[in-house]
Amino acid sequence: MGGYARYVWPCFGFACTVLAWNLWSARRYHAKARQRALRALAMSDG
Amino acid sequence: MRLTATHVGTWRAMFLVIHRELRLSFRRPEQLLQPLVFFLIVTTLFPLGLSLQLSLLRDMAPGVLWVAALLASLLSLDSLFKSDADDGTLEQLALSGQSLTVIVIAKTFAHWLVSGAALVLVSPVVATALGIPVEAFATMLLSLALGTMTLSWLGAIGAGLTVGLRRGNVLLSLIVLPLAIPLLIFGAGATDRAISGISAAGALYFLASLCVFTCTLAPFAATAALRIALD
Amino acid sequence: MWTWFYRLASPPYVYRVAATLAPWFLTAAALAIGYGVIGGLVFAPPDYQQGDAFRIIYVHAPSGWMSMFAYTTMSIAGAIGLIWRIKMGHAVAAATAPIGASFTLLALVTGSLWGRPMWGTYWAWDPRLTSELILLFLYVGVMSLRPAFEDPGRGDRAAALLSIVGVVNVPIIHYSVVWWNSLHQGATVAKLGKPSMPGSMLWPLLSMFLGFTCFYGAVLCLRLRGEVLNRERQANWVREAVKS
Repeated sequence: MGGYARYVWPCFGFACTVLAWNLWSARRYHAKARQRALRALAMSDG
Repeated sequence: MRLTATHVGTWRAMFLVIHRELRLSFRRPEQLLQPLVFFLIVTTLFPLGLSLQLSLLRDMAPGVLWVAALLASLLSLDSLFKSDADDGTLEQLALSGQSLTVIVIAKTFAHWLVSGAALVLVSPVVATALGIPVEAFATMLLSLALGTMTLSWLGAIGAGLTVGLRRGNVLLSLIVLPLAIPLLIFGAGATDRAISGISAAGALYFLASLCVFTCTLAPFAATAALRIALD
Repeated sequence: MWTWFYRLASPPYVYRVAATLAPWFLTAAALAIGYGVIGGLVFAPPDYQQGDAFRIIYVHAPSGWMSMFAYTTMSIAGAIGLIWRIKMGHAVAAATAPIGASFTLLALVTGSLWGRPMWGTYWAWDPRLTSELILLFLYVGVMSLRPAFEDPGRGDRAAALLSIVGVVNVPIIHYSVVWWNSLHQGATVAKLGKPSMPGSMLWPLLSMFLGFTCFYGAVLCLRLRGEVLNRERQANWVREAVKS
């Protein structure tokens, strides 16, 4: 990387991290919302 | 403009609200003084903490002055709508048939008179302590006057948004400070140029345009914010 | 003609459509970002002034664009929720906020890492950097305001109003390099007329812009499903939707 490797790779690495975090966080958010909804339904049925 | 029992004209309503706000403020003079004292204390913290010579202090002075003014204004913003919201007066004002925007304008202007304007009047004292030369005072006073007015309006939006919240104070600062950063940059910049002897006209014009922009649009935002809290 | 708009206002419709759209967005994002990264890291020649450090542009510029795009989307969605009282508008705004904030952080960090070799400093108080930092603070403000209210509807409306007030910052970020003598370089892509970049460098960059935008679409769909469930927990259609 012409001597700039220690700047370029962390940038791409952090970008990967941010993209991965977005996907993980969105999935987790949906899963938690689903759990809460199921619990609410179970309580109203039972 | 008719002055019947059922209809009060807009200007008269504004005057009445401002009059009421000022009367209520002066009933508790210690609450008026607190932000001013805070302003004085914070500005003395910097030279004491940094133990700089007066000449070096002068370089930092505009920034220190402005940050202290910002923080002191934030302290007093909480009282803009809170006490009226707590005792139900705000709801009565909203239902009164007068435009809520007019009332908000009057309240915010009255608030500026007792906080921002007071800061501007006290600032020469503080400026001297920080080593700002007298030649820069005119620019400093003008920039502070414009800046505190803009800040009162930004604060009105923040106060309207956080009026019902329990710990709204911190949130209020969190909301208002990012919006106030351009003010800080140009206000301190204007004073800085005046100290260096260069023309501060550009920065002052920008500050004035920020003020006009905010004063024309913020009343509607603040009123909308209050409506969200009230309904 | 407006039926698609009205359908978007229906939570069960949004819940279903988001599930269908997400994989498409994600695939498009993967392809576009894949081409962009490979093209940018391998095939684009080094810049004659900045050498290989310029390759940071392939993550820095798209994330900057996304930070502004997401904020604008958030405030428009909030405005739709506020003005037309369409709850899905607030859901989109709430879902977008953390995504946009993460892109703002990415832009700031990658910019900082680019600044160190190029300008000799990790940070400068120049108009673009400062206004982008303010954008991050605005995101944090909106995300903090929404949950502070006991009534979630009120929280949504307050957050929407705040995001609308803050949208003034977005054109300031974009035009800061035009209006002021900024340390940050001027527009290379987002200007009318010929972009000042050769094709081998430009196409991967445009692909990254597209890829990040599609990625935002995918994550928005995923997050939106969670938002819809949280807001519509009591509704009847949820019963069938979560069991499946």
